[in-house]
Amino acid sequence: MTQTQTRPATGSIDEAEVAKFQAMAAEWWDPNGKFRPLHLMNPCRLDYITRQIAAEFGRDLRGPRAFEGLRILDIGCGGGLLSEPMARLGATVLGADAAARNIPVARLHAEAQGLEIDYRHITAEALAAEGERFDVILNMEVIEHVFNPPEFLKTCHDLLVTGGLMICSTLNRNAKSFMMAIVGAEWVMRWLPKGTHDWSKFITPDELYGLIHGAGLDPVDRKGMVFNPVTWSWSLSDRDLSVNYVTASIRRD
Amino acid sequence: MKQDADVLIPGGGLNGPALALALARAGLTVTVVDAQPPRARADVAFDGRAYALAIASRRLLSAIGIWDKVAPHSQPILQIKASDGRPGEGASPFFLTFDAAEIEEGPMGFMVEDRHLYAAFLEAMEQTPGLTHIPATAVTAQQPTETGITVTLSDGRHLRAKVLVGCDGRTSGTAERAGISRTGWSYGQTAIVCAVDHDLPHNGTAQQFFMPSGPLAILPLPGNRSSIVWSETDDTARTIVALDDDAFLAALRPRFGDHLGAIRLAGPRFTYPLSLTLANSYTAPRVALVGDAAHGVHPIAGQGLNLGLRDVAALAQVLVEAERRGEDIGTADVLDRYQSWRRFDSTALALGMDAVNRLFSNDNPLLRIGRDLGMGVVDALPGLRRRFIRQAAGLNEDKARLLQGLPL
Repeated sequence: MTQTQTRPATGSIDEAEVAKFQAMAAEWWDPNGKFRPLHLMNPCRLDYITRQIAAEFGRDLRGPRAFEGLRILDIGCGGGLLSEPMARLGATVLGADAAARNIPVARLHAEAQGLEIDYRHITAEALAAEGERFDVILNMEVIEHVFNPPEFLKTCHDLLVTGGLMICSTLNRNAKSFMMAIVGAEWVMRWLPKGTHDWSKFITPDELYGLIHGAGLDPVDRKGMVFNPVTWSWSLSDRDLSVNYVTASIRRD
Repeated sequence: MKQDADVLIPGGGLNGPALALALARAGLTVTVVDAQPPRARADVAFDGRAYALAIASRRLLSAIGIWDKVAPHSQPILQIKASDGRPGEGASPFFLTFDAAEIEEGPMGFMVEDRHLYAAFLEAMEQTPGLTHIPATAVTAQQPTETGITVTLSDGRHLRAKVLVGCDGRTSGTAERAGISRTGWSYGQTAIVCAVDHDLPHNGTAQQFFMPSGPLAILPLPGNRSSIVWSETDDTARTIVALDDDAFLAALRPRFGDHLGAIRLAGPRFTYPLSLTLANSYTAPRVALVGDAAHGVHPIAGQGLNLGLRDVAALAQVLVEAERRGEDIGTADVLDRYQSWRRFDSTALALGMDAVNRLFSNDNPLLRIGRDLGMGVVDALPGLRRRFIRQAAGLNEDKARLLQGLPL
């Protein structure tokens, strides 16, 4: 199969997945454009991310530049929807994306915002090989697209300093998530191009906790992210992890 | 791009300073640009202009540190009477009474004079770090960009901010310059506002008489004094305002009734032409509208300021939450959240008050009887309807932290 032949021997990136995103790389920052679903979800994701980081590193979000001095890696940074908020909060941010086309888009936007962000076309594996270390890794809606999730999470472990925090979100694998994420988001609402997600690559929360443990990290929290079609907005849920969910884990060693 | 402030607010009335204080206390930098010179301070003479603050508004004033300064000058509203009436006949026997004893929150609202409220805002603005007040200066131009908005002032200065919030009233220049059109109509009515001294105590009772020519509200002020909001058709109002004090009182007495004993004028008379004006959008690129700039409503039931403060609470919370999660607070993503939070509520209220005014500004005898009997329904329905709709939408303005008296 062609897909198998073009797969890199060691990296975790599934190139067929990357190609799909390259086709979608324009209009990152248009809230009503192609990435409207991400824009809608962003406040909810950011609430989780900022509160977890603030709690773990003892930062006060009410003050200016609450994340000053923290080094954050945003894996699969895309147009910078997460990297920019982190930089605005004072963090030193490296945005990495396996799709080369995203990098100049993200750079241009950050410069216009007056934000200094180190955007690189690089994989997590290559960063680990260079010996890079981070206080926080944002691993959002990435793992369901990688070729080898266990290896990928081990790489994330290696990229964290001791006491470092990884935030990892993905999609649950059940009948409801198939209806919502594939049938609803791709076929009916056309929020995402058909084929954006491969349902069989979705991971249940317990499987993800198992993978995180297996990578040598300590999972400490998980929450659901639930879309309310009446208010047209996302919110965090303690109980409903049936479709989208997000986890926090710590490197202890 | 370097910003002069996070948020720039044209409009130094009451909503502008309230929003500025809420934001500055939460750590944002704010500049208020007021076309008017600052009115004289707390020593300003009594002039009769007053507001009926709802409980949620009182909580917001507490949360932004204003209420303690205003409370000693406020009059709690302990009872509200609403009835149908015709001059000379007094109130119809079918009137609704709401008593503070029926609810747990204490008084149903508070009357506060404009002079005390404004003075408290002025003082608080001076003392709040991160807040700059530029009086007697107008905004003459505004230019949104990808990353912010640049404003030109009448003294030639240019200021840059992430977002511009128009609190500049029903003829909002901010809205006009942003190309936001308006929908509205005049009621053909003018409100005459004044204060009267009376011999007997009001016992904290607010009264609203629905007269054929327009509503008359009698609102309790501290002491034996009440604020009058008297709506008449434009022609009648012109005639009444032109009267000398004695003739004016003679025209007021039969409407006012004698339940408070003899009455005397306690200050100047003000007139306000009544109209409804709704902005067709509450936001534009890097721009948001608050209060009358977004929705100039009929002042029936004194909802104008209360509605404006609900905007303040929602927008302040949206902007502060966005700031704390690292978002650019002036983007359409963020401002849309404010619009979807507020727009439904304020449009429903504006149109509801419009309907109430139309129903009651009418002397058809059948309608009068129907009104008398249906008063409770008219009152209960909008509340029920709104509660139902809000529930369905998962929205409730009470979610706003400031309206619960909580800091951001």
